Amino acid sequence: MSNERIEGILAEFKNPAELLKAAEKMRDAGYKDYDCHSPFPIHGMDKAMGEKRSILGWMVGPVAFVMVIFGFLFEGWTSTIAYPLVISGKPLFSYQAYGAVAFAIMVLTSALTALVGMLALNKLPRFHHPVFYSDRFAKVSDDGFFVSVEAGDKQFDREKTKAFLESIGGTHIEELIAND
Amino acid sequence: MKLDQATYRLSDTNKLQTRALAAGVIALLISVVGFFVDTQQFFISYLVAYLFWVSVTLGAFFFVMLFHLTGTAWGVVLRRIIEAIMMTIPLMAILFIPVILGIHDLYHWSHADVVANDPILEKKAGYLNVTFFVIRSAVYFGLWYLIARKLYKTSLAMDENPTAEQVKTLRKVSAPGMIVFALTISFAAFDWLMSLDPHWYSTIFGLYYFSGALLGALGIILLVAMHLRSNNILVEEIKVDHYHDLAKFLFGFTIFWGYMAFSQYLLIWYANIPEETIFYHERWVGTWKILALMQVFGNFLIPFVGLMTRNMKRNLPYLKKMTIWILLMHYLDLFWVAVPNFHHKGIVFSWMDLTLFVGIGGLFMWLIWRTLAAHPVLSLNDPKLEESLHHEIP
Repeated sequence: MSNERIEGILAEFKNPAELLKAAEKMRDAGYKDYDCHSPFPIHGMDKAMGEKRSILGWMVGPVAFVMVIFGFLFEGWTSTIAYPLVISGKPLFSYQAYGAVAFAIMVLTSALTALVGMLALNKLPRFHHPVFYSDRFAKVSDDGFFVSVEAGDKQFDREKTKAFLESIGGTHIEELIAND
Repeated sequence: MKLDQATYRLSDTNKLQTRALAAGVIALLISVVGFFVDTQQFFISYLVAYLFWVSVTLGAFFFVMLFHLTGTAWGVVLRRIIEAIMMTIPLMAILFIPVILGIHDLYHWSHADVVANDPILEKKAGYLNVTFFVIRSAVYFGLWYLIARKLYKTSLAMDENPTAEQVKTLRKVSAPGMIVFALTISFAAFDWLMSLDPHWYSTIFGLYYFSGALLGALGIILLVAMHLRSNNILVEEIKVDHYHDLAKFLFGFTIFWGYMAFSQYLLIWYANIPEETIFYHERWVGTWKILALMQVFGNFLIPFVGLMTRNMKRNLPYLKKMTIWILLMHYLDLFWVAVPNFHHKGIVFSWMDLTLFVGIGGLFMWLIWRTLAAHPVLSLNDPKLEESLHHEIP
C-alpha cells in the first residue's frame, strides 16, 4: 500500500451544458492541467477551457521555409558542383527543374514536423492515463461528461480540489489512485 | 440599400444599379469611339475584359454546383450572392457577340487565305473554322444557361415551398453539370483564348483558365459580400468565419493556379520543343518580361504569403485589399496570355483596356445587384441554413 499515490481527481457532470460551465469555472479558478471529456465535441469548449491556439503552425512554417531553400540549394549543389552533368543541353544550374524537388522536400518535412509536433504537443505516444483508473470513466464513450484534474497542476490540493469540483456541480468525485 | 428583416429582401438598390449601369453604358459608348480609331485594339481590349468577366461568371457557376454536390453547410448564407453572379450567363452570351464580330481581327485562323498557305492550320480547319467556332460557343452558353437556370429556379422554389425533392434535384443536376462544366470550360478556353495562337499546344490550358476563373469568382463574391456588409446588411449572417473560409479558398486556389501555371511551364521548358516554347518565348520579349515575372511574384507569391496566417484571413479590410490585388493579377494574367499575340515587342496598354473593363464590369455588376434585389438574399428554407448561420471556425 505504500506505493499508492494520487494522480488526479475525476468528477462527473450531468450534461454538455454543465460541463461547459464547469470548464469555465475551472479556467477562472486558475487550473491549467485539467481536461474535459465528452462522448462528442462540444461547441465553444476550447474557449470555455481557455485553450490557446496551437503553436503547431509556428513549428511547421519555419521548417517549411528552411527546407524549401535547402531543397533548392541542395539540388543546385548536386547538379553544378558535386556531380555536374549536362542534361538535354540545358545549363548546369537549371533552377526551373529544382522547383519540384524543393517543393516535395518542403511538403515531406512539413508534414513530418506537423505529425511529430502534434504528437509531442499532445504528449503522445503514451500507454496509460490516470483517468483509466476509474471504472466509471468507461461511460465517456457513451453518456458520461467528465472533468479530470491532474495532480501535477499547481493549484492541485487533494481536499480543496475535491471540494471545488463538488461546488461547481460535479458528482461521483473520484480520486485516481495509482497502485503499482 | 436596406434589408427587410422579415423577408430578407434588399430594397433601395436602385441607386447602385443605376450607377453600375450608367458606368457600364458610358464606358462602352466611349469605347465605341475607339472602335473607329483602332478596330483591332478595340477587339483585343474587349476580348481580355470579356474573358475576365466571363471567368467570374463561370467560377461562380462552379461554386454553386460544388456547394450542392458537397452539401456544404457554411456556404449556404453565401449561395444567393454566388447564384446572382452565376446568373449573368445570359448577359455574357450577349456580350460574346462582339467577339464573333471581331473574329477576323482576333483569330488569324479565321482568314481563309492564311489557312490555305499554312499546312498546320489547314489540317486544323475542320475544328478551327468560323461556323464551328460560333456553334461551339452557342452550345457552351446553351448548356451553361440550362444548368444554371435549373439550379437557380430550384433554389428559388425552395424559398416558397420547400420539399425534400428539391435538395435531391439540385444534387442530381449538379453532378452531370460538373462534368459538362469541366469539358465546356476547357474547350471554351481552347477556343477563345488559346486559339489566338493556333500553332501552340498546351493540354493543361483549360485547367489554367479554370483555376484563374475560381480566383476571379472568389474575388467578386468577397467584394459583393463586403459591400453588403458595409451597408450593414447580413452582418450577423455572413460572419467573419464565412469570410475566413472564403479566404481559405482564395489561398488554396492561388496555390492551385500556381500549380497549373508551373505545370504548364515546367513541361514545356523540360521538353524544349520549339512549337511549345514559342509561347513563353513571345511572353519574355521586352517589357512582357515584367508581366511574366509578375505572374510568379504578384499572382502567386504575394497572395501565398499574404494570406498565410489566420489573422490575415480574418482581417476584413486587409482581406479586401488582397482580394482587389488578386483580381488585378487575374486580369493581368489574361492580358499577358492574350495580348502578346498582337503586340510582339512589349506591353501595350490602351485606354480601351480600361473603358471596356469598366464597360462590361458595369453591366455585370448592374445585373448582379438586380438579381440579388429581386429575391431574398438568403436561401431561407435551405435545410442547412441554420447550420450555416452558426458556422464557427474554432
